[in-house]
Amino acid sequence: MKHLIDIHDLSVQEIDEMIAVAGDIIDNPEKYNEKCKNKKLATLFYEPSTRTRLSFEAAMYELGGNVLGFSEATSSSVAKGESVSDTIRTVGAYADIIAMRHPKEGAPVAAIRRAEVPLINAGDGGHNHPTQTLTDLLTISREKGRLNNLTIGLCGDLKFGRTVHSLINAMSRYEGIRFVLIAPEELRIPSYVRENVLDRKGIEYVETTDLEGSMPELDILYMTRVQKERFFNEEDYMRLKDSYILTPDKLENAKEDLSILHPLPRVNEISVAVDDDPRAAYFRQVKYGKFIRMALILKLLEVK
Amino acid sequence: MIIGKINDGIVLDHIKAGKGMEIYNLLQLGKLDCQVAIIKNAESTKMGKKDIIKIDKMIDVNLDAIGYIDPGITVNFIEGGKLAKRKHLELPEKVTDVIKCKNPRCITTIEQELPHVFQLVDREKKIYRCIYCEAQA
Repeated sequence: MKHLIDIHDLSVQEIDEMIAVAGDIIDNPEKYNEKCKNKKLATLFYEPSTRTRLSFEAAMYELGGNVLGFSEATSSSVAKGESVSDTIRTVGAYADIIAMRHPKEGAPVAAIRRAEVPLINAGDGGHNHPTQTLTDLLTISREKGRLNNLTIGLCGDLKFGRTVHSLINAMSRYEGIRFVLIAPEELRIPSYVRENVLDRKGIEYVETTDLEGSMPELDILYMTRVQKERFFNEEDYMRLKDSYILTPDKLENAKEDLSILHPLPRVNEISVAVDDDPRAAYFRQVKYGKFIRMALILKLLEVK
Repeated sequence: MIIGKINDGIVLDHIKAGKGMEIYNLLQLGKLDCQVAIIKNAESTKMGKKDIIKIDKMIDVNLDAIGYIDPGITVNFIEGGKLAKRKHLELPEKVTDVIKCKNPRCITTIEQELPHVFQLVDREKKIYRCIYCEAQA
């Protein structure tokens, strides 16, 4: 039985296979609409996340399966003090696969100690969010036709942004990847990502505060939101939240085939005026999120 | 100062001077009903000063925990008044319930009866990370 807790639980080959399956789902959806008939997905969301939860639920429904679960901790037995591992063990008696989001970091590692069905980490605090990374990889693959030889600009909160750390980890396994890390001084990439991933693997990268100056060289621009919930101090959040706002004029020197990604939800870091630019890929990214989750569910349930 | 030999038991030698009580508490030696001696600041040609712990009984000691605190410690197992086995420690790959995760966002802060486990990720720099949240120890 396989779980997905961290993106590194999947080899490059497995990721490539899932991207291929997702592509086949996009091209031939009718082939898949009964693949999970009589199977149940439990979505256990200890903190609210409309987007990720709905994406998982839509994925399971499109595979012909059913969904049960809860969308906030107050309506679950956790409010009575039940441990995560007990909840997972119990839910495993009702469902064939579980997607769990939990505010505490490392909760899925604790949960799988007693799991009797595959568990998918749908986000554990500021730690891991592997299905967002899979979504990003599928999006890059579909938009650019490859996952190698790319210059990827990551912009915004590179300190607390878990999607950024996971994406760097995942993309650094492919050939010819170069990162341009665009962030205010206070939200620079943490040293452990720089040292343990970029330096250790010999990945080329530059750190800068200049978004517009970096624009011409980028194949991918990955924008992120400065997340209020990751700050202990409201003052710091207010000071940094508007560091980078992508507007049409900032895209003037960008490549014609640039792809702009964002894990969403956005606040104001991408102006609505950018949405109609064909290079804006973030709403297509949302759709890819559903397709890659379908491929993931099939993989973990070992459905061919 | 003379502390007698032991017949069957364990001698923890080459403890960094001043670390003896930490090891004593970690191994919960205060709960034993046998004789336990802590020698502080003993003379050592190699270390200058060192601490030594003598336990007058053969007990199961958590070598991983000792290795984590001080991998330079030598553990001597005494049987029939003679040295039966000597173990030189090294940093353990994993330590369980020796230290607690300091990350306030870690699942170990709320999940009951969850063991606190740390994995060695860099032997050279002696870096351990929590197996749950990956925070550095």
